[in-house]
Amino acid sequence: MTEREIVIPGEVVAKGNYLPGEGTEKRGDEIVAIKFGLSEENNKLIKVIPLSGVYQPRRGNIVIGKVENLTFNGWLIDIGTSGNGFLPVAEVPRYVNKNDLAEVMDFGDMVVAQIAEVNKRGVDLTIRSRGLGRLDEGMIIQINPNKVPRVIGKEGSMISLIKDETKCRITVGQNGLIWIEGDKIEDELFAKKAILYVTERSLVSGLTEELKTWFKEQGK
Amino acid sequence: MTKEFKRPDGRKVDELRPMSAKVGVVPNADGSAMFAFGDTIAVAAVYGPKKMHPQHSQDPEKGTLRCTYNMLSFSVTDRIRPGPSRRSTEISKITGWALDPVVMIDNFNSDVVDVHISILQANASTRCAGINAAAMALAHAGIPMKSLVTSVAIGKLDKQLVVDVNKYEEDWEEGEGPTDIPISMTADGKITHIQLDGKIGKEQLKEAVKMAREAHKKIYEVQKAALKEVGK
Repeated sequence: MTEREIVIPGEVVAKGNYLPGEGTEKRGDEIVAIKFGLSEENNKLIKVIPLSGVYQPRRGNIVIGKVENLTFNGWLIDIGTSGNGFLPVAEVPRYVNKNDLAEVMDFGDMVVAQIAEVNKRGVDLTIRSRGLGRLDEGMIIQINPNKVPRVIGKEGSMISLIKDETKCRITVGQNGLIWIEGDKIEDELFAKKAILYVTERSLVSGLTEELKTWFKEQGK
Repeated sequence: MTKEFKRPDGRKVDELRPMSAKVGVVPNADGSAMFAFGDTIAVAAVYGPKKMHPQHSQDPEKGTLRCTYNMLSFSVTDRIRPGPSRRSTEISKITGWALDPVVMIDNFNSDVVDVHISILQANASTRCAGINAAAMALAHAGIPMKSLVTSVAIGKLDKQLVVDVNKYEEDWEEGEGPTDIPISMTADGKITHIQLDGKIGKEQLKEAVKMAREAHKKIYEVQKAALKEVGK
């Protein structure tokens, strides 16, 4: 099994000496898909990449969210999951006046955060890394979270191409929200157009090359 | 009982109505599908997993599957009064039970997966079309599942068992009276739901289940093809 293949729940993906990865289950000596998506094999490990559905939060993911509420010890942030993300005051790498949390982040502010932990109660966030924190300028667009890997590309090839061509700063949240900031509004809109171009053709192989020619055509 | 039993619409006893299926018919939903047995058309839309609302229905130990079945007022010749009824509440429950054994939402604490089934056009077997559509929509929404669920109604016209009854056959008054048996199964043939409306003997019921098994294979292929089509 080397080809990527679309599988449906209950379908046998492989037989024999394989390991069940994400979206699969072992039944006897068969690896069975439990999700609808693309099956992929890597070093005897079989996983199913979902093609649709809601965003499933995972530890380490970079996400973009909106401040929904302020509590006495942190912020509740809507990151598009069933439970709100919680960003505790202790996870902010600077002094915060506990009586005035709104000074740091207020209702409706957008924030880039990293998922520190996913537990039974919900999602815990942190902004203790470079590039995380409140977003002050730029624009945010929303895409299907399942298409985020295509927008990023292999080792970030797609997104760095878009960044280079449009001269914008872009942060892609795994939950499907993308932040774009450029010097001119035209640059931002151009980057948005490029990202939407990628999401519309997410199933085409060799998309990075195709996007390069698209940029050439647009440059004329 | 003759070998060549003639059904009113000219089908063979084990012949299903022409089926069609399509995935992704409701762009706003997290997953959606349409399934049709001839004139019976069902559309299912899945939302979630999301936080259960109202809060008192939340189950902090596991996720919940909530199904709603609704026949649209124009789905039959005599307009039916819109809104929930005794019948639709029952079918909603039954649909949930038919799908519950396959969905793996045990670790979606306090969450709910909402399945909305609408019958656009009805010509019997609506609950079966609804379950078939819902199974595809759940898969499309990325919900982990052990298998798909297929459903078909077996009917009894006097003493003759037939697959996939239409409205005319469902109301077959001659002989032993109207009998219809909706059966739902997983892909490996485990029954998740069986109902009986009418009368049937023990031996014949076994035969009906056997007939359903054969029909399920055909329906499963249609569901599978529709899901694979959307991934292309």
